[in-house]
Amino acid sequence: MSFFKKLKEKFTTQTDSVTEKFKEGLAKTRDSFVGQMNELFAQYRSVDEEFFEELEEILIGADVGVSTVLELIDELKDEVKLRNIKDSTEIAPVISEKLAEKLDKSGEDTELNIQKDGMTVILFVGVNGVGKTTTIGKVAHFFKEQDKTVVMAAGDTFRAGAIEQLEVWGERVGVDVVKQQAGSDPAAVMYDAIQSARAKQADILLCDTAGRLQNKVNLMKELEKVKRVISRELPEAPHEVLLVLDATTGQNALSQAKTFQETTDVSGIVLTKLDGTARGGIVLAIRNELDIPVKLVGLGEGIEDLQQFDAEQFVYGLFKELVEEDTGAGEEDEESR
Amino acid sequence: MAFEGLAERLQATFDKMKGRGKVSEADVKEMMREVRLALLEADVNFKVVKKFVNDVKERAVGQEVMKSLTPGQQVIKVVNEELTKLMGEEQSKIALAQKPPTVVMMVGLQGAGKTTTTGKLANFLRKKNNRKPLMAAADIYRPAAIDQLETLGKQLSMPVFSLGDQVNPVDIATGAVNQAKEEHHDYVLIDTAGRLHVDEDLMGELQRIKEAVQPDEILLVVDAMTGQDAVNVAESFNEQLDLTGIVLTKLDGDTRGGAALSVKAVTGTPIKFAGMGEKIDQLEPFHPERMASRILGMGDVLSLIEKAQTNVDEERAKELEKKMRTAELTFDDFLEQLEQVRNMGPLDELLAMIPGANKKALKNVQVDESQIGRVEAIVRSMTSHEKQQPSVINASRKRRIAKGSGTSIQDVNRLLKQFEDMKKMMKQMTNMQGKKKGKGGFQLPFM
Ligand SMILES: Nc1nc2c(ncn2[C@@H]2O[C@H](COP(=O)(O)OP(=O)(O)OP(=O)(O)O)[C@@H](O)[C@H]2O)c(=O)[nH]1
Ligand SMILES: Nc1nc2c(ncn2[C@@H]2O[C@H](COP(=O)(O)OP(=O)(O)OP(=O)(O)O)[C@@H](O)[C@H]2O)c(=O)[nH]1
Ligand SMILES: [Mg+2]
Ligand SMILES: [Mg+2]
Repeated sequence: MSFFKKLKEKFTTQTDSVTEKFKEGLAKTRDSFVGQMNELFAQYRSVDEEFFEELEEILIGADVGVSTVLELIDELKDEVKLRNIKDSTEIAPVISEKLAEKLDKSGEDTELNIQKDGMTVILFVGVNGVGKTTTIGKVAHFFKEQDKTVVMAAGDTFRAGAIEQLEVWGERVGVDVVKQQAGSDPAAVMYDAIQSARAKQADILLCDTAGRLQNKVNLMKELEKVKRVISRELPEAPHEVLLVLDATTGQNALSQAKTFQETTDVSGIVLTKLDGTARGGIVLAIRNELDIPVKLVGLGEGIEDLQQFDAEQFVYGLFKELVEEDTGAGEEDEESR
Repeated sequence: MAFEGLAERLQATFDKMKGRGKVSEADVKEMMREVRLALLEADVNFKVVKKFVNDVKERAVGQEVMKSLTPGQQVIKVVNEELTKLMGEEQSKIALAQKPPTVVMMVGLQGAGKTTTTGKLANFLRKKNNRKPLMAAADIYRPAAIDQLETLGKQLSMPVFSLGDQVNPVDIATGAVNQAKEEHHDYVLIDTAGRLHVDEDLMGELQRIKEAVQPDEILLVVDAMTGQDAVNVAESFNEQLDLTGIVLTKLDGDTRGGAALSVKAVTGTPIKFAGMGEKIDQLEPFHPERMASRILGMGDVLSLIEKAQTNVDEERAKELEKKMRTAELTFDDFLEQLEQVRNMGPLDELLAMIPGANKKALKNVQVDESQIGRVEAIVRSMTSHEKQQPSVINASRKRRIAKGSGTSIQDVNRLLKQFEDMKKMMKQMTNMQGKKKGKGGFQLPFM
């Protein structure tokens, strides 16, 4: 259990507000998950088919995803045979261990790739309505707070009111928005934006794009072009391509990640709307099946509702109570229902 | 696609059962496991799945196998029937108040598609029912939400009622209804801000709007890609507002859309419309039986046929035909045709919809989407003059086009040749058939 011991130490010593906020945001996921697990252990004394079926449902109910869950269950069944486990309490640590294995990708880089010298360009991509524009507003604020010069590019020229929406964020945060008329070529907007950001000696350029479903070949091509133009104007750019995923999304999130990865070489994921869902298990599936780190999470509609993602923190939040039983810790931390 | 359809999943079980006359309990159990997984993969909520599987199990065990069906098909049939039953009747009708205006309220989570659907519905009511709706901008929170609705209003040349973002949404809704009465609008469509079902303050606001304007319809707008949480969202909105219907959006994506089943099961309210794209006219009546086979991942013949029909715009087809006869066909027409094929969805998906097109057999059929992409890139790299008059494309133009599209000169040459051949063929064909065949479609070089 070294993984969880390590985690536990880390978080019992860490008491800043960041952790608090993060915990709050994840409270729903954790409460429902942990509650269900405890119920499972109470209900099933012996480890049998029904027990596994129930466990499967808990995990699937958290949007972990069928294939990841089935894989996990198979591994668990093997362990049970191997270790000759009969009693359901004995299997609890094995479950944590296996989950941790799936989540632990140590060395994974969740920091944003910010250039020390010169401009950093971040391109935001994703399907419709997931929170791209809002996240850009929050990220702009985040950098503005660090006294960086930020420029935003209104690359969604398609959706009604998209440019105006970004402009409102621009005013809110106090940063410039480069835009063209609705309906114009998004690649041309990016070209403009890079020139203009350069002239302003901006540190950060945040590029908004129109939402697009990953099965729309034409729109994915358009996105490729947008990215190509950016790279042409500024080699090495974009320095980050962030795929924005809505945490309420089910299994389609995986398909989104795969396709956007193929077309735009996604460097990180922003998981939004985690404040609303009791799920978020899709993080597990993404970590298990794809090699893209979650870098940021959205926890609300406000300008401050953005957190850098800490995978360990997430796991810990998710399995906290189980872990504590597991490592024999006390219940100093009463959960409010 | 990442998901296997149910039919494919069941193949192994079917093989074992071949030649037996009755569906045994063990067979059913095994198959039900597959049914269960297929539904879970499609994002149907696990509780809904559990109940469903139990119901079907009861019906399936001991059934005499019909002569025309294998035992496996028999089970699929039962599953499909039950699922369709659960999805409910086709109900794309929208309420009509005895005394106008009919008030419709759009509610849902953030980003589900409420504002877009408000515009689509206004368009739908005008086009299909000859109505004169007034849209109301009652989202005062999201940046530029009012602009968004007003832009849609402008696109449609339809009025939008707004009092800015400093006025209480309840007053905006009331004001809209009053104005509708004065100006004799027969519908008022109220766009509300996205909110979480667990946000007590904002849910309270919706209740107050409801109380103030007594809507005839409260439509929950649900993103078809929603996962397991769809049940909680729908249940909660329904408890607090008594929904009258559901609109499922973004069904033009490749999601299985199991959320549809979940929300229907927990609310019991009909799914009335399906959002099939971002454009204002992409709202369709909801077809329960199609949704059932989509969730199960089974071939959907009806959809295929209808898609093919609606996507080839009759008038354009006639125009094209004329052009073909006179060999005036340009690359602009070509692009348009390409687009129409595209609109029908990814080609391999289309092929999968063909009845009897078993996935295994299809694996050998290479639908080379990248080839299509290449062709398209070439055409898009032409100037409009070149598109209209391909004969001007000389060597240096070819070089430029190849460079611009990231292809080779050979690729460009090949396409130009195919295009010429096509024109010739078209001419012959249309000459032969005369005016009889108004179907419009022609063979694309990559098919
Ligand atoms: N609760 C919650 N809402 C969010 C979050 N992030 C974004 N939203 C809301 O989700 C809705 C859609 O957000 P947008 O930023 O417009 O999404 P988008 O991806 O830019 O949408 P398109 O450009 O239309 O594809 C808005 O109502 C946002 O306020 C979040 O972390 N939590
Ligand atoms: N592909 C596709 N996109 C859709 C559909 N319906 C809506 N959208 C897109 O989804 C995104 C969000 O739509 P909105 O209408 O702004 O959603 P909303 O529910 O009003 O969002 P909030 O007001 O922020 O809660 C936009 O990019 C729309 O263009 C649909 O049926 N298909
Ligand atoms: Mg946007
Ligand atoms: Mg809206």
